[in-house]
Amino acid sequence: MDNTEKPHVLSFTQLGMVLGILLVLTAVTVGVSYVHLGFLNIPIALTIASTKVTFVLLFFMHLKYEGRIINISFLSTVGVLVILIGFTFWDVAYR
Amino acid sequence: MSAQIDRTGIKIGMWLFLYSEIILFGGLFVLYAAYLHRYPEFFAEGGKELNRIIGTVNTVVLLISSFTVAASITAIQRNNKKQTVGLLLFSIFCGVIFLVNKYFEWGAKIHHDIYPNSETLVSGEPGLNIFFGLYYVITGLHGLHVIIGMILLSVSLVFVLQDKVNAERFSMLDNSGLYWHLVDLIWIFVFPLFYLVL
Repeated sequence: MDNTEKPHVLSFTQLGMVLGILLVLTAVTVGVSYVHLGFLNIPIALTIASTKVTFVLLFFMHLKYEGRIINISFLSTVGVLVILIGFTFWDVAYR
Repeated sequence: MSAQIDRTGIKIGMWLFLYSEIILFGGLFVLYAAYLHRYPEFFAEGGKELNRIIGTVNTVVLLISSFTVAASITAIQRNNKKQTVGLLLFSIFCGVIFLVNKYFEWGAKIHHDIYPNSETLVSGEPGLNIFFGLYYVITGLHGLHVIIGMILLSVSLVFVLQDKVNAERFSMLDNSGLYWHLVDLIWIFVFPLFYLVL
């Protein structure tokens, strides 16, 4: 592992653009919640939230620039979370 | 300063801790999902009771503070101490605004006799009782994380002022920043699930 490498520095402009995207997505999710789509509202809200979270993780939390170990272990955690929530919900919904 | 700093090692340690936090909140979201499936109409009714404007304001406040924390790390890497201090102070101030909003929000609910074990909830519909139970547990635990995040940012701020955190050595600030972003991540899911359900 190379620890002498200088860490990647994100410019203020790049960070500002990420913030802009996040604020726009917040406006979209609030706007969509006023449109009654029945069951579809929840998947749409969760998709927008997941998109926002991805931006925070990649840029604010620097995941885009991290090495293999952090990326793989993070994805494994998400995998565990998907199994935890997915299988439990599956069991409850189709019992 | 002569010893080499293992930045990757320090980061992996922080991330391992963050994974445990993700699973902790994940468990609470499982409960939310299961009970939403059982009482969809009461979750919608409960969601309408929550103040969307306060919820939206708090979302914006947290997003902006996440940006300023990320920017403060850029500033310290560029060796701009003054900018770092300013950005951190602003971020901590955002945390205060968030908590003040939360105080008014919870205060209004409690005033309307909506709190765990309150008469209205206990003798009312079980679906509503569960919705507000989850609301208090999840936003309460999240609020606790906001307070811890503010403490970590304050400690980092003091270290920046003392030059213990500098362009060469900023892992304390970096990891506090990661914690603060995690608080933001959780709120990004809490906001639509509680405030925007239909």
